[in-house]
Amino acid sequence: MALLSEKVRQEVENLLKGLKDGLKLVIFTQEFECPTCEDNRMLMEELSAISDKVRLEVFDFVSDKEKAEYYKVDKIPATVVGGKEDYGIRFYGIPGGYEFASLIHAMMIVSSKNSTLSTETKEHLKRLTKPVHIQVFVTPTCPYCPTAVQMAHEMALESPLITSDMVEATEFPHLNLKYKVFVVPKVIINETIEFAGAVPEAEFLKHVTNAGR
Amino acid sequence: MEFILPAEMKEVPVEEAKRYDLIIIGAGPAGMTAAVYAARKKLDTLVISKNVGGQTLLAPAVETYMGYHYITGAELMRKFEEQVRQFPIALSIGDEVTTLSREDNGFSVLTSQGKNFTGKAVIIASGRRARFLNVPREKELIGRGVSYCATCDAPLFGGMEVAVIGSGNPALTAVNELITYARKIYNIVQVSVKADPVLIEKAKKSGKVEFMSGYAVKEIQGEDKVERIVITQTKGDKEVILDVGGVFIEIGATPNVEFAQDVVPLNELNEIVVDCDCKTEVAGLFAAGDVTNVPEKQIIVAAGEGAKAALSAYHYLIES
Repeated sequence: MALLSEKVRQEVENLLKGLKDGLKLVIFTQEFECPTCEDNRMLMEELSAISDKVRLEVFDFVSDKEKAEYYKVDKIPATVVGGKEDYGIRFYGIPGGYEFASLIHAMMIVSSKNSTLSTETKEHLKRLTKPVHIQVFVTPTCPYCPTAVQMAHEMALESPLITSDMVEATEFPHLNLKYKVFVVPKVIINETIEFAGAVPEAEFLKHVTNAGR
Repeated sequence: MEFILPAEMKEVPVEEAKRYDLIIIGAGPAGMTAAVYAARKKLDTLVISKNVGGQTLLAPAVETYMGYHYITGAELMRKFEEQVRQFPIALSIGDEVTTLSREDNGFSVLTSQGKNFTGKAVIIASGRRARFLNVPREKELIGRGVSYCATCDAPLFGGMEVAVIGSGNPALTAVNELITYARKIYNIVQVSVKADPVLIEKAKKSGKVEFMSGYAVKEIQGEDKVERIVITQTKGDKEVILDVGGVFIEIGATPNVEFAQDVVPLNELNEIVVDCDCKTEVAGLFAAGDVTNVPEKQIIVAAGEGAKAALSAYHYLIES
């Protein structure tokens, strides 16, 4: 049985008609699939079947180790949304619930290579000198989380130094313990900066530039 | 598993240079209903809001909005948004009004993104936000076990013992959301549970909920995360320590009025005072929904008030 209802599938089809260039969904799973790997693979298969501009690549986290290393994927299920190049946009765990909108959003910005960030923010991001790794912890039931995820992904699109991960908190309890995730969205930048909530663009940028100087 | 998409985007440009007939601050049930009524009256309308839906987004189930036997708050607000987007209404979503001020023949608003808009009339429908308990360590431990959003954070408390503070429908809704994840839930209530019987019944049936009536929270304890709470009898000296990893505070909400407090009179509860036409004391300034002194903070009431506010604004504009 399909994961996407016919109504949602049609909505996605309409949205994906707006894709400009082709894109690829690169997913990592394994032979004995992790509890949510199967659903994640099914979701991506359904999405790639909707538009011929979406190509799906499936790798095994264990036997395709060199690919996992190439994409710097360290846990599964993992989904990389990339185009002609890898923009550092990642989803760890199923992008379900409210995060489904973030997945579609990532596909749209990768395809158009354009973000909605302000000109000022884009200029600041050009001045980064060090790599910045943003992790946004979410739950599928959190209506405020996509704002933070989408902002982080747009920053990754704009800067080759930024990698941005959505992390579905309930699927990675060891990371919740490590980063003390008791609220979502919770953002961890370069392991040193953390904040909670869907903050305005200027505030998010301030944390990113502090990490990337 | 659900897969939720935002309403289809039909963008109407948001323009700083123009003078709008009507600016609506807030996009919850009141603001969105006002927007539809304003559009039907052909008012050139701008809506400014942090998000579409406000507190309704956090309602896991709505069973009191006529026309729907059962709908989630998020789905209901998506339907609101779809309806609004059928009209040429400018939506500035993701921004927030920081200052409302009066100017000649109208109003001006400043936003957190540094934008400045002007309008001939304004409807404030900015809703409410969660109220603090104001006990020691509460603010330090926000995001470290103290939560004001069970809908968002409940899945993070799997297998843990938690406390929910509050006696009304929001508190019992939080209790019921936590039942799926937490091992045990204490419901701390100062006097007695006032929630709808259907919610109380569901909580009792789970066998996971212990109601602690007649207690108030004295303090929350924990270094870098919540470790326990201390509660004391409201009519007595008994003190109880509960080892909990999470504290969900659901003791009501406070109106979002900071941006407008120099312009419009508020009552002792910081609510905007309106008459039965949603008019404030300031000509051209209207208010609707949970931000006002209208009793009963319900989605259906807010939506109705939003309609009234838009029609009052329309009459004001054509008469002035």
